[in-house]
Amino acid sequence: MVIAWAIGALVLLLVLVGSYRTLAAGHYTAGQWFDFVVFGLAQGGIYALIALGYTMVYGVLRMINFAHGEVFMSGAFSAFFLANALARRGFLASNPVLSLVLLMAFAALVSMTIAVILERVAYRPLRGAPRLVPLITAVGASFFLQYTFRGLFGSGVRVYPTVPLLEGTIFGIQTKLIVVFLGALATLGILWAFLTFTRTGLAIRAVAEDMEAAALMGVDVNRAISSTFAVGGAMAGVAGVLYALVFAQVQFFMGFLPGIKAFTSAVLGGIGNLPGAALGGLVLGLVESVGPSLFLDGLGIPAAHQLKDVIAFTILVLILIFRPTGILGERLGSRV
Amino acid sequence: MRRALTFGLIGSVVAWHLSLVGLVAAFAERRLIGQSLTFSYVLLLALMLLVGYLTARRVSDWTGLAGAALSGLLVGLALWILALIVTEVNLRDAFVAASPSLAQILTFDRGVSAASLAILLLIGAVTGFIGGGLTWIPATGRRTVIGALSVTVLVGLLRDVLGPVLPAFLMGFLFSPAGGLSLPGAVIVLGLAIAIPVMRHVLAARKAGQEGPLPARVLRRRRLALRVLGVVFFVSFPLWAKLFLSNVADFVGLYILMGLGLNLVLGFAGLLDLGYVAFFAIGAYSMAVLTSPELGALTLGFWTALPIAVAITVFSGILIGLPVLRMRGDYLAIATLGFGEIVRLLVLSDWLKPHLGGAQGVTRIARPVLGPFVIDRPQEYYYLILIGCGLGWFLSVRLRDSRIGRAWMAIREDEDVAQAMGINRVTAKLLAFATGASMGGLSGALFASLVNSVIPQSFSILVSINVVALLVLGGIGSLPGILVGALALVGLPELLREFQEYRLLVYGVVLVIMMIWRPAGLWPEETRVRELEEAAEEARERAPAEVVVASQDGA
Repeated sequence: MVIAWAIGALVLLLVLVGSYRTLAAGHYTAGQWFDFVVFGLAQGGIYALIALGYTMVYGVLRMINFAHGEVFMSGAFSAFFLANALARRGFLASNPVLSLVLLMAFAALVSMTIAVILERVAYRPLRGAPRLVPLITAVGASFFLQYTFRGLFGSGVRVYPTVPLLEGTIFGIQTKLIVVFLGALATLGILWAFLTFTRTGLAIRAVAEDMEAAALMGVDVNRAISSTFAVGGAMAGVAGVLYALVFAQVQFFMGFLPGIKAFTSAVLGGIGNLPGAALGGLVLGLVESVGPSLFLDGLGIPAAHQLKDVIAFTILVLILIFRPTGILGERLGSRV
Repeated sequence: MRRALTFGLIGSVVAWHLSLVGLVAAFAERRLIGQSLTFSYVLLLALMLLVGYLTARRVSDWTGLAGAALSGLLVGLALWILALIVTEVNLRDAFVAASPSLAQILTFDRGVSAASLAILLLIGAVTGFIGGGLTWIPATGRRTVIGALSVTVLVGLLRDVLGPVLPAFLMGFLFSPAGGLSLPGAVIVLGLAIAIPVMRHVLAARKAGQEGPLPARVLRRRRLALRVLGVVFFVSFPLWAKLFLSNVADFVGLYILMGLGLNLVLGFAGLLDLGYVAFFAIGAYSMAVLTSPELGALTLGFWTALPIAVAITVFSGILIGLPVLRMRGDYLAIATLGFGEIVRLLVLSDWLKPHLGGAQGVTRIARPVLGPFVIDRPQEYYYLILIGCGLGWFLSVRLRDSRIGRAWMAIREDEDVAQAMGINRVTAKLLAFATGASMGGLSGALFASLVNSVIPQSFSILVSINVVALLVLGGIGSLPGILVGALALVGLPELLREFQEYRLLVYGVVLVIMMIWRPAGLWPEETRVRELEEAAEEARERAPAEVVVASQDGA
């Protein structure tokens, strides 16, 4: 444990020294910092949406749905074809708001379907098996989905059509970033309302609390678990479209990194804890956007943006070591 | 009837999947028997067979067979519809595999017509019927038939590989010049593959009737003979296998070595390490940095650098292991995955480029020198790798049967109980991590020297997944299983070039299917089988709690 703490202290020291030296050197203007923060928030909103899927599934099944990143990818990828069709007919330019809603609904539907099938085929037969077994299955399912998409749609990068409405700036901020951030917030709000006010939401929360007791109270556990995957999948699908708006391209491997980062966000906020996942996503998005310039530049590391993923992974490892219960604390019911 | 529809539908979805991801078209050039039977068709036939078998299973009367035929027929229908869609609608913008050639393959070059529909339906029904018929043969017979068919397919697939090895007259007789087996060749291979197990069965039955179990002396002698044969086979391998096969064998060997290392961690101690590639990378890069004149840091010889590289890997194993080993199982998997990616990203970055070569990697890595000889051909590296694997194997066996091995398995079964029994779990896990890392490092160092260069792309997460998949296929914790897994998941794809692109697709399927239907693996370790049986027993005892869930499932 001594070594772990030493590593932690070293990282903290590096962050502090790096930040101090960057700020003292004054490489970046206030406007640039502002841009980093805005981008970080938009990116964080996307992470938050994906993270909710991880955290809900973990809350119910105590299982890392490793293939959730691919659920996200499948939504973004399928919506690409709809977006392309809409753009070709000029609908995307003439009715941008309606087309965005259509795209998100379509992506959510595809991701939801895939998530539900995934649960039915790959995870349900293994309920109650030792912990590593469903995790290995999930890894397998993840690669199966990735390479299915690669086989179906090719291995190249597909460029999303641009939405003319989102190209400008408002108050010096890129419009698309604002839309993405607000879209993420709105989706979070819908999820909250769904879990709080609907019977299915109640069933999901009951099963997360205590599966056996919920079953005894007449909750259909299998249905509740399916709906957990469905809701998580839908969020990931929406996140997929938002991601495509920011980065404007899709590819079969695109789910891997956001998937791991969203999982990091879920753990960061405290796994099983829904507000925690949202918070974790925003924090991670911010750190990843600001971090390379803030900590690493000051340490004299060239091309620091190449290391932004290293920052995310380091946060993941550090959180898992020092505070596996996350910022807001785990919320897990009694053991399954 | 409903069963037939369900399985027929599932089969159709799978058939569409296979066609649209491009697997069917990819194998169109791989002839199996003569001109006509390509591996594409074998794939689809096997699917129909399986669908028929699953439909008829657990239905003991004739309706089962009828259902099997119906489900096979549905798959045939689905394929024809797919061909129709592909020809009528241009889907190529989205689905890259939906090309006219796919439609041609699916309709046997006859175009989308009534004739091709009739052929497909007939083939589907007959194959499904045969698949259903398999349920009527007793289990041993079924296994023999399926085994023989697989062997025939395998021999047909490996024609190009066997070519340089077998004597010419045998080649000319067994194989057709167009590719694949000739018709008499196929009959002979199939006949042999059926006859040998049947003969063994008959002989064993006769002997058992005569004199009971064999005396221990005979058994021991037999085992010794088998071992000697094995050693002769492995040692003489590069002499008759030529360049290409030796190259493949080298890669299989490197993966076996990694499999042995990860097996200590995952199989014995029960820690899922998804970042095992980190150790492979550290071993390879240590070798590169220590020996390559390009970086100008050090230019040691291979033999000096090898132990240093392994030592560095062990040290990094301890360094990575110390913080992560207290985590619970699934967090450990993700944390190690994170470490694996960190290593790759650091290696790739411009920051460390002066020291590690960046995206271009490092070349001119030292070759091993033995007196006047320089080892630089794959056939020669084979022996190095063989020695490495032998060493790893020996270590694994000795560790498994030692005190520390028992401690690992105790931790795998139940950490808390193990700790209560006086096992220091951090030390034990750390030992597993370090020993496992050393084998990964050795494999990496040998790899770097073999290909004479290292580039960051060789060290992606896919390597880790590959090693995990081969362990899962062979049986987690089983040493012979590693051999089986590596041959099937590394050797076979290397031999079948068309297959390369679909490797990871198949790995994914392997991981899911093995975990659901055969968690013990193809060649399971004995204790593991017992454990799984006990777990199943326990689950049955705990059943009342699950009845609630199950009954709702039906409702």
